[in-house]
Amino acid sequence: MFEQLVNGIFWDIALIVFFAGIAWRVLTVLRRRNHHDFSQPRNSGLIGAVMANIHGFFPRREVASRVRLQVIAGYMFHLGLFALLFFAAPHVTFIAKHITGFSWTAMPYWAFIVASEIAFAGLILLWVHRVLNPVTRLISRRSDHIATILVFVVMLTGCMALGESSAELKAFHRFTVELLMIYFPFSALMHAIMFVPSRTYSGAFFGRRGVNM
Amino acid sequence: MSTPLELGIEMLKTQVDARVESYFSSCTHCGVCAEACLFYTETHDPRYTPIYKTEPLRKVWEQEHTVWGKLSSSLGLRKKMTEKDLSDWEQLVYDGCTMCSRCSMVCPVGIDIAYMIRKVKEGLAAAGFIPEGLETAGERALEYGSPMGLTAKSLQSALDAQKKDHGIDIPVDVAGADYLCMLSSNEVVLYSEFLTSISKIFAAAGISWTLSSKYFEATNTGVQMGDSGVAAQLLQRLVDVAEELKIKTVISPECGHAYTTFRWDGPNILGRELPFDVVHIMELLDQLRSEGKLKTTGSFDERLTYHDPCNISRRGGVLKQPRNLLGQVAPNFVEMHETMEMNWCCGGGGGVSSNERAEPLRLKVFDVKKRQLDELNVTTLVTSCSNCRLMLEEGLEENEMDVEVIGITELIADHLA
Repeated sequence: MFEQLVNGIFWDIALIVFFAGIAWRVLTVLRRRNHHDFSQPRNSGLIGAVMANIHGFFPRREVASRVRLQVIAGYMFHLGLFALLFFAAPHVTFIAKHITGFSWTAMPYWAFIVASEIAFAGLILLWVHRVLNPVTRLISRRSDHIATILVFVVMLTGCMALGESSAELKAFHRFTVELLMIYFPFSALMHAIMFVPSRTYSGAFFGRRGVNM
Repeated sequence: MSTPLELGIEMLKTQVDARVESYFSSCTHCGVCAEACLFYTETHDPRYTPIYKTEPLRKVWEQEHTVWGKLSSSLGLRKKMTEKDLSDWEQLVYDGCTMCSRCSMVCPVGIDIAYMIRKVKEGLAAAGFIPEGLETAGERALEYGSPMGLTAKSLQSALDAQKKDHGIDIPVDVAGADYLCMLSSNEVVLYSEFLTSISKIFAAAGISWTLSSKYFEATNTGVQMGDSGVAAQLLQRLVDVAEELKIKTVISPECGHAYTTFRWDGPNILGRELPFDVVHIMELLDQLRSEGKLKTTGSFDERLTYHDPCNISRRGGVLKQPRNLLGQVAPNFVEMHETMEMNWCCGGGGGVSSNERAEPLRLKVFDVKKRQLDELNVTTLVTSCSNCRLMLEEGLEENEMDVEVIGITELIADHLA
């Protein structure tokens, strides 16, 4: 019964909420009034926007040593998660079957273990920093903690279901994924998409003035 | 009759635009911005974390524009904003932020935090939460045209002194001049050598220029307060005199926020393109240098460094010009370790210098500039903003540092061929 729900109606609901929610959030930004800039540009805002989107992936030299932990743990988590999401064998099979219709080479088992260890270590380090550092403790919202816990649970249940020996574990993993998909558009997880307009607006703003972000 | 709190909240609601929406939607609360803020690095007080200073705006955005915010508000589960919140944030925003934008440069998701703090100021100003010193400066600016209360008579006295001390006749109210030069009050009463210097340079370069006796003030207290209404009124006075004198180009003097206001924010505050071009004095001098109209002789051989005013460099884009000028006369010029668009603020921008209450904090955060100067062991510090210059002089005096502060225009004028 639970497996049927998870593979059926729950999945459909999660999929709709996920994509409709993201579309709604993105449209909210796009349809909101943004004032025309009447000042005469010095340089191209477009180039500034592109450069800001690229440069944003690398910390500024001037603060790099002060934010080393956030940067290293952030990269560990995001790269590990990316590898797991798109190159774990069960995910490749699932995506090929339900979305793309074609597959690609999945990573070997040992690489899965390494990627998951890196992702877990990164996520835990980020959360410990969030809780212990006075700055992040002050500015963190409840949704930051909920998102961390949800992602952690999804990764944990994914590891538990890896062998696919238990249909219940696999269904439970998929259920947690569905919860995450429903929560995603209404949470801080939206940064995974909204960083693009954010960097674009600021990059264009500073780019017009001749300043590289 | 709306309460101050209601006025503040209503104003904050109007400040949410596409940029604000994308910024709050992408913030991961990583805290990286704190490490770029001199108020945090020098005090280690987490309340000075830049993104935390935008809390009033975030609360309004969350309540009005997010699913959870709307839901919790309708169920009465949401803690409402109070006048005490605004009062607390008034101190954080006006005393503990110079709008220097260094935080905006380091945010991993690209949030221009200074842009949002400017919007928070709009809300606080609408609710009447403005530091007394800044509010008084705003009143004087509206009444007399100058935040220091200087009038046309004050300007005339300064011009008379130029004539008496240096034999210089400064053009005033010359219709059809190519350039209208604005002045900050600092340059009229404290650093009159700026007037002497531009007069000499423009005479040597054959520039057609003028001052306006009707409105000479370059600074805009409305921008510092966060009150767009006041900012627009002051800007309109500039537009009026420039149009009356048929000016093609307005020169922003050695003043950081004046340049940003005229060149970048002014057209948007007024909602139209300005009927003249705007150049910073550094841009004009560098242009004259490249055209061969600004010839210098000799050199200033002291070991010196350049302090980038945030509004001229990071938010203004005038980065190479002062260095080109220094390259012409200062062979022993050395860069600070963190410089150009990643410079550290003097501590007095964004209206902090007009806010007496913030003085102890401002002098405390000067420690970062002190460290920068100690590393270089320079005898002279040059800058291109009179407000920075004043703040630097006060910080150096407080720390008993033997470093002289001068303006670049003055340095160039002293070496005219």
